[in-house]
Amino acid sequence: MNDSIVRIENLVKYFDISGGFLEQLQIRSGKVRLHKTEVKAVNGVSFEIAVGETLAVVGESGCGKSTLARTVMGLYPPTSGKVFYRGERIDNLSSKQMLPYRQRMQMIFQDPYASLNPRKSVRQTLEEPLRFHRGKISAAEVNERMAEVMEQVGVNPAWQDRFPHEFSGGQRQRIAIARALVIDPEFIVADEPVSALDVSIQAQILNLMMDAQDQRGLTYLFITHDLSVVRHVATRVAVMYLGTLCELATTAELYDTPYHPYTQALLSAIPRVDGTKQKHIKLAGEIPTPINLPTGCVFHSRCIHADERCRNEIPELLSVSDTSGSLVACHAVAEGRL
Amino acid sequence: MALLEVKNLEVSFALRHGDLVALNDVSFTLDKRERLGVVGESGAGKSVTGFAVINLISKPGRITKGEILFDGKRLDQFSEHEMRSIRGNHISMIFQDPMMTLNPVLTVGTQMVETLRAHRKISKAEAEKIAIKKLELVHIPSPERRLSQYPHEFSGGMRQRIIIAIALLTDPAIIIADEPTTALDVTIQAEIMDLLLELCDAQDMALMLITHDLGVVAEVTERVMVMYAGKVIETAKTIDLVRNPRHPYTKGLINALPGHGECDQENRLQQIPGTMPNLTEIAPGCSFHPRCDYCQDICRSTVPELRQIGESKERWVSCHLVGKGQL
Repeated sequence: MNDSIVRIENLVKYFDISGGFLEQLQIRSGKVRLHKTEVKAVNGVSFEIAVGETLAVVGESGCGKSTLARTVMGLYPPTSGKVFYRGERIDNLSSKQMLPYRQRMQMIFQDPYASLNPRKSVRQTLEEPLRFHRGKISAAEVNERMAEVMEQVGVNPAWQDRFPHEFSGGQRQRIAIARALVIDPEFIVADEPVSALDVSIQAQILNLMMDAQDQRGLTYLFITHDLSVVRHVATRVAVMYLGTLCELATTAELYDTPYHPYTQALLSAIPRVDGTKQKHIKLAGEIPTPINLPTGCVFHSRCIHADERCRNEIPELLSVSDTSGSLVACHAVAEGRL
Repeated sequence: MALLEVKNLEVSFALRHGDLVALNDVSFTLDKRERLGVVGESGAGKSVTGFAVINLISKPGRITKGEILFDGKRLDQFSEHEMRSIRGNHISMIFQDPMMTLNPVLTVGTQMVETLRAHRKISKAEAEKIAIKKLELVHIPSPERRLSQYPHEFSGGMRQRIIIAIALLTDPAIIIADEPTTALDVTIQAEIMDLLLELCDAQDMALMLITHDLGVVAEVTERVMVMYAGKVIETAKTIDLVRNPRHPYTKGLINALPGHGECDQENRLQQIPGTMPNLTEIAPGCSFHPRCDYCQDICRSTVPELRQIGESKERWVSCHLVGKGQL
């Protein structure tokens, strides 16, 4: 497809946590064996991000959403699966081959206290990506680009010699956004960019990101756990549970008619401000660990609609009906039981 | 008479370059069985208010003015020894991070029995019986077995339930919950909120819920007070406040919520400009005036008082302009 900017196919990312050689030794039925323990953070996720859209990935802590984001960015090599950027495969490139792509994709992190180098002034922070990616660039041009981008994110360009500790959390996040924007990327991965901020500041940063998207035609992969933020910024939403996609739909469709039982529970859990109480759907049990994934559907242990098939067979992400664009991975929905 | 009454409370922290006033003239009441929300952004003084009620302000902070009356007794004048008979007994507190609150090297049972026996002269076996009952109340499955487990064997949501069970041990009259669901995922947060509601009803407890999340406040509490820079700026029945906020800051806060406030044509959120002032740099007059769209001369010069607005006796707003035709 032409209009997709990023496409991932069956992306899998496991982390080996078995530790050193001695820790891997196990005695089983009289034999000494090496046993590897892996955290299965992302298990076969596929989707496409269209140019100019905001795809939000939501899920609870530990569902693999941040790992997914970092794997897409090439910060982690995938265990298997492919990542395409504008039709070209980028997951198997060397870091040198990756360089031109790094200019076009940038990342914004959650905690602006940790993501800015405390020993670098704003000028140094913003200068670095420019000098690194653009090589020979005149000082005048650097200043011009910097002033322009600082202006855009709402940080006074006169403050460029200040250090991060002199700024509040909201302003730091603006600087982090400026750093991502300064080399003119077309694709930005934002990993929980407003979760660490207070409500009034959160609104400022969300508005800023949406303005930047309009002005520069950016595409976002937006990682968050906050479903009300998603509803506001996203064009499409991907719901993740234990490293797997449960549902992928446009924002309007997902909030109107959530199909997957997990999405339904998640949406019912959002506290409402308007004072209208609604019943929370209770999920039985706890999230299983990603080390020993459940067989069949990853959600079956907590799902009230689960039957024999759900326990044994992994559901595929299928289109719900011809009229709706929602993709859902649930046997009960596919069979029409739900 | 209200169960808890706080009058003109002022808390200051003595710093090298003078006193930092963290709470300034805070007054509120909490009735029996009432659920009160305290909302505000970080640094507004909501946690300090909670700590002050049970006299847990640590040095260099201290209560410099005001009274705290619990059941008619002046808690602020209690000695540390006397305070111990109140704290964890008549008034319990729940904190944000369930991993930090539980002692990782003691079993849950030990921690529960210890708490009970600190307040009551009972045998270990009796204490364990009560502990099991309370764990049942917070829906922990097979509590007898769970007593001998360590905190790391529980998930985050279960740990928060155990902390709630510990807070309930002595059948307190008031529970102060400081951001009890902030560290939890939404689905777990919903469970804990339902549990708190259920317990307040069943156990005849009053709840003081401190949080930054207006959604949680709207679902759990009956009355709410909004804090800004160490002051109470608006208090009302929760439903009235979320549907019809009066103070410009409260309005801004509610309108800034994604998916709730009205957006303009370009789908932008209404934002409050600027940030909350550092407590050392509070502007003269109304502390909100540098961020306020309606600011007038009087706001820059005179500190507004909390006054009753409109027909509801519960609605108090600290703003010069509200209710005078302008707002």
